[in-house]
Amino acid sequence: MRIRSITLWLAGGLAAAFGLNAGIAAEGEAPERDYQVPLPEAPAGEVTFEPPAEADIPDNQYGDMVRLGRDLFMDTQRLRGEHVFNDQNCSNCHLDAGRLASSAPMWASVGVYPAYRGKNDKVNTMAERIQGCFTYSMNGVPPEYGSEPLVALQTYFHWLASGAPINESLPGRGYPTLAEPAQAPDRARGAEVYAEQCAICHGDEGQGRRVGERQVFPPLWGDGAYNWGAGMHRVNTAANFIKANMPLGKPGSLTDQQAWDVAAFINGHERPQDPRRRTLDSVDETDEIFHQHMGYYGDEIDGRRLGDHDHYGENPQGAGG
Amino acid sequence: MTRMRITGGLGLLAGLGLAAGPALALEGDPARGEGVAGTCVACHQADGMGMDMPQGESWPRLAGLPADYIARQLHDFKAGRRDNATMKPFANMLDDQQIADVAAYYAQLAPWPALPAAYRAADPDEPGEWLAERGDWGRLVPGCNQCHGPAGQGVGADFPPLAGQHAGYLAAQLTAWREGRRHNDPNGLMQGVAERLNDDEIALIADYYATLPERLEATTTEEGGQ
Repeated sequence: MRIRSITLWLAGGLAAAFGLNAGIAAEGEAPERDYQVPLPEAPAGEVTFEPPAEADIPDNQYGDMVRLGRDLFMDTQRLRGEHVFNDQNCSNCHLDAGRLASSAPMWASVGVYPAYRGKNDKVNTMAERIQGCFTYSMNGVPPEYGSEPLVALQTYFHWLASGAPINESLPGRGYPTLAEPAQAPDRARGAEVYAEQCAICHGDEGQGRRVGERQVFPPLWGDGAYNWGAGMHRVNTAANFIKANMPLGKPGSLTDQQAWDVAAFINGHERPQDPRRRTLDSVDETDEIFHQHMGYYGDEIDGRRLGDHDHYGENPQGAGG
Repeated sequence: MTRMRITGGLGLLAGLGLAAGPALALEGDPARGEGVAGTCVACHQADGMGMDMPQGESWPRLAGLPADYIARQLHDFKAGRRDNATMKPFANMLDDQQIADVAAYYAQLAPWPALPAAYRAADPDEPGEWLAERGDWGRLVPGCNQCHGPAGQGVGADFPPLAGQHAGYLAAQLTAWREGRRHNDPNGLMQGVAERLNDDEIALIADYYATLPERLEATTTEEGGQ
């Protein structure tokens, strides 16, 4: 999306109501088809739900499937080359193995699916939501419905949600939404925050850090990172995550402005193509249909238009595949 | 300000606020460093393996630590970013080149124990292992390995290896961070964690890592014998 100001970015679909640029208003009225739009914000209030302790996973076939799902969640790289085609693990963005409040905990997701999502105009099951993570966040190929990885992950989430209410959004779900920043997110200021606070773990070039075969700190851009369709490529989603969870062990230590700025810096870098681009004629069309939100897809940054390429990272489906 | 990373391919890192930056860029010579190390062997031992003194100080293993990490600690003792009455006079005797040399010497003296990198589920009934692998996120304590790498084997020069270090030393460092006597951790990452740990947890973590290489080797041997 072409980003002219933080006001447009934040007010997006409401542009018409504010009497802003007519072209933008028309886009705002277009049918929403984005598969990665988050559900409405979780209710405020104290987090009271506690997932069960791992020591209490039952010793039976259900428990075995819970443990397999937990292992896949922590070590998603074991699906590398089959379902995962970047360097990410689920637990990178869902801290404490999907248990931590305000880190998109899985116990809070279980109860809100199936859910109707206007963006793809249908009721989405938890299985479909997980498949979306594989397609975008893992730049991968989603496990088939009913396949062992998908059953295992669903069983783990189901166990984490033991005793949680169904069809109710709980405090602690998702990432807490930050208020609009005082100043528009600025990549240059974000670069300073990144160098001071993030590079020690995520690397000077956003490449993360490895030890042997293990990715200790995940890449944030480039082939190893989430692709242009992942929710995390949105500046607001990343800012929300960063403020509540980064640096590791120091949540809330960045100012809101720093979180916005560094999210803009990180997400103003190139990454694997949006898989939905394969079925569309152009970057312009992909931008128009799927990127009416706070992101840099299709924008010119440092002399290059982001997303204007046929590079799908390691994903073998590739362009036209 | 920039400084060289010791790990391959990472290039230059824009300043972490390290006053020792330019000095760390000096290339160390292990042969010259061996001469400098004459003042170190009384505590850190001729083989660089250090020693845990019962009821006394614990002298850390230096052999196989990343050179850049050792050098930074020596600069930090001199500058007071690490308050240590024993080390300060020795560090003060060294100039920047000698620090680079002695760091290079200990880095190559012996390899750090090779530890597995593969994922292994932590046992919730083993509290030391659980803290090391998974932490206690209800109190915002990340698992130590989330930064120090699988099996605590270290990640580059910023996150030193924990597994195979002396228990007394590890416990003393966690306590020093908690009490503010050590404050040379990048971005205060260690201080915040240490402040949330009690004495029992510090002892559990220190013992877990000090004995981990032995226990992993024992596990490997058993499996190999089957």
